[in-house]
Amino acid sequence: MSKVTYDVVIVGCGIVGAACAIEFARRGMHVAVVDREVVGGGATAAGMGHIVVMDDSDAQFALTRYSQQLWQQLTPDLPNDVEYEQCGTIWVAADEEEMNEVHRKHDYYRNRGVLTEILDPARLMELEPNLRDGFAGGLLVPEDGVLYPPCAARFLMERAQERGAKLKTGVSVVQIGPGQVRLSDGLEIRAGIVVNATGAAAPELSPSVDIKKRKGHLVITDRYPGFLRHQLVELGYLKSAHAISSDSVAFNVQPRRTGQILIGSSRQYGADSDEVDNNILTRMLRRAQEYMPALGSLSAIRAWTGFRAATPDKLPLIGPAPGDKTQHLAAGHEGLGITTSLGTARILADHITGSQPQIPIEPYLPSRAVKEYAHA
Amino acid sequence: MQQQFDVLVVGGGPAGIAAAVRAAECGARVGIVDDNATLGGQIWRGDSAQASEAVEWRGKLQASGVTPLCGTRVFHQPRPGVLLAEHDEELRVLHYRSLILATGARERFLPFPGWTLPNVMGAGGLQAMVKAGLPIRGKRVVVAGTGPLLLAVAAYLRKNGAEIPMICEQASLNSLARFAVTLLGQPQKIKQALQLKKEVGGVSLATSSWPLAAHGKKAVDSVTISRRGKSATIACDYLACGFHLVPNIELPLLLGCQIRGGYVQVDNLQQTSVRGVFCAGEPTSIGGVESSLVEGQIAGLVAGGRTEEARKLFGARERARRFASLLDQTFRLRAELRKLPSPETLVCRCEDVSYARLQKHVGWRAAKLQTRCGMGPCQGRICGPATQFFFKWNPDSVRPPVFPVRVENLGAFAGQPDPQETAISGGHE
Amino acid sequence: MPDQITLVVNGSPVLVPSGTSVAAAIAIAGHACRTSVAGEPRGPLCGMGICFECRVTINGTPHRRACQVFGETGMDVRTEE
Repeated sequence: MSKVTYDVVIVGCGIVGAACAIEFARRGMHVAVVDREVVGGGATAAGMGHIVVMDDSDAQFALTRYSQQLWQQLTPDLPNDVEYEQCGTIWVAADEEEMNEVHRKHDYYRNRGVLTEILDPARLMELEPNLRDGFAGGLLVPEDGVLYPPCAARFLMERAQERGAKLKTGVSVVQIGPGQVRLSDGLEIRAGIVVNATGAAAPELSPSVDIKKRKGHLVITDRYPGFLRHQLVELGYLKSAHAISSDSVAFNVQPRRTGQILIGSSRQYGADSDEVDNNILTRMLRRAQEYMPALGSLSAIRAWTGFRAATPDKLPLIGPAPGDKTQHLAAGHEGLGITTSLGTARILADHITGSQPQIPIEPYLPSRAVKEYAHA
Repeated sequence: MQQQFDVLVVGGGPAGIAAAVRAAECGARVGIVDDNATLGGQIWRGDSAQASEAVEWRGKLQASGVTPLCGTRVFHQPRPGVLLAEHDEELRVLHYRSLILATGARERFLPFPGWTLPNVMGAGGLQAMVKAGLPIRGKRVVVAGTGPLLLAVAAYLRKNGAEIPMICEQASLNSLARFAVTLLGQPQKIKQALQLKKEVGGVSLATSSWPLAAHGKKAVDSVTISRRGKSATIACDYLACGFHLVPNIELPLLLGCQIRGGYVQVDNLQQTSVRGVFCAGEPTSIGGVESSLVEGQIAGLVAGGRTEEARKLFGARERARRFASLLDQTFRLRAELRKLPSPETLVCRCEDVSYARLQKHVGWRAAKLQTRCGMGPCQGRICGPATQFFFKWNPDSVRPPVFPVRVENLGAFAGQPDPQETAISGGHE
Repeated sequence: MPDQITLVVNGSPVLVPSGTSVAAAIAIAGHACRTSVAGEPRGPLCGMGICFECRVTINGTPHRRACQVFGETGMDVRTEE
């Protein structure tokens, strides 16, 4: 990189940074991207790689749905190693209370044009025979999918590079200032706009940002083709994602195109070490086996951890950082980074270039956080 | 099933057996764990288990009261003082006061065209298969790679009726000659060498020689080798090819032991950087049986509380270490071997990732994330050393399980109750 | 302990001396152990249980390392060819 001034410099080349890179590049902007490690590292490498609609709030639904549609438009172009599969999600209901939630979600999605199917116990077992008996039913969301995130991030970044974006990896940003970033190798990059897309590390560069690390664990198995057909999530997942301060686990499994099964999930605040926590791992795997006993005999080949970027209201920060007009945030996506990466990039680019975003950006503006905090 | 030991030894090869015997002689309650169905490690396997040294030590072990835990794979440490292992399909919880890691070494594999064909195996690999019943009488075996293992394997195969058209050693004649001359200072080694010469006598030993390609349809039927610049194709039923040994440091890494230059760092009492954890044998440096026996004994004596007796073995260890250093120098990989793979040659066999696909990445982590190299069940044990040699990549962190294990066992040990444990609401508690 | 054992490899009986590993029995029966991701036939490489090339299904359990298991009479072995 020479001492050229860029239109945009993006810090962080995870899925969100990479999505921003292509979005700005295809609008003809001169883009530079910096990552301290590799493309698609961080939470992008650690997470499950699902593309799901979620309905925790209207704003969350708007962003996930919009972004899912952008992914659907992109799927014909995705190379093989991105491993996109529209396997669908089944929300599994353990009891009548959760079945009521199934009906609520069904209505919510139906009113917004999202295809869903309510499953009775027989139909649930037909679709996923390895679930234990005795569930109350579930909700199938067939348009949800999964992919392999590190390759998706690389694909997006390559697309950006084809349009002239420049990438520097293995170098960190030591300082962000108005219209410039300084790198650990001494280089200074000037840009009209700086985007902080560093996920859970965002507060390192923008200390006022209220993003907390939320640790997760995952386990992957050897290959068992046909064992699992859909992503499965327990409805208690939402209750876990709601709780701000406690450690929790929830049943969440995902089939990979390889036939491997990804087993999750866990959430912890205040856990800074990336080491596998045996107590959490045990709870998570026991929970998974409660839902799918047959998981117990599968061969587990690795467990690992990652850090989601969590915000107090569970919505990402997209837009100008409070107090610095040149700095923008695109971070805080918690467990929905893969899903909402494309939508995030699109509305951020719209906002910056003065176009009308297809969904309102207000719910995600970083300036909102100040207000939320005041009311809390 | 939970078991308590004063001293737990992981690895049932010479180092582990020696450690266990000495610790037990000190009065400690000792257990020895190994993945294989019988103790002896790689070197004292099958009919080599009848070698006098092996018989002597196994006899001592049997008399010592050590609890053998064979067919048992350690996969995780949930907290200090406890190791989790799997036996058949069941969980074993092993509590210990002191831990001696004697996890041995494995062969280093360098990919070359055709190396994934059936019947291309490691040198130790083919030997292990023959010891476990693979018929070899009348079969033609080309032995290639580097290290004293090649001669030992050739001798063994020959003794069992195989025909060895050639041994291809990548080290130069000069290196081997220097090695041989230095051995003159070690009578025990000369005896071994002469014995080997008798067993391998008549077999063509090519130096500065390595495989260029293995050929065949459903299995290997010939191999093209390079020998001082010229190539030759030799028909064969098996290719036994391994490039010396790399230490098994996965468990030490998981436990947080300091590693230096790829080996577990130990002090003169075989203590690692982790309190209560010792390491002996190949993981500290590749030195063969003698080194392993001495280091194992030192670790066992110190763990058993007889440090003064352990010190008496320091001299023997010093001598053994000189041999280890000689081995290292003699069988160092030459730079030409970096050209062994062609672009399409698979480097990661678990995920079928070619050399060309790996080459374009900046490091192990990028390559792993983008190609899945190293993400298969072997977790980089086969491809890792190759990528280290080809690209100077360093492997990344070890995560549990150290060995693939049933999901139910990975999640079976709750240990101490988590004070922050919050039951997830809903349904069925 | 019997001198010979009969295991069943891909539906056919294979008679081997007792103390023979499943991997050796599979080789005696003329099979590869598994098919790789890209469709190549694979057999044992390391002989010591760390390469995972010898994974087969034994008595219904997939991904067993054949080199680490000794054959037993009646054992049902399926390779992934």
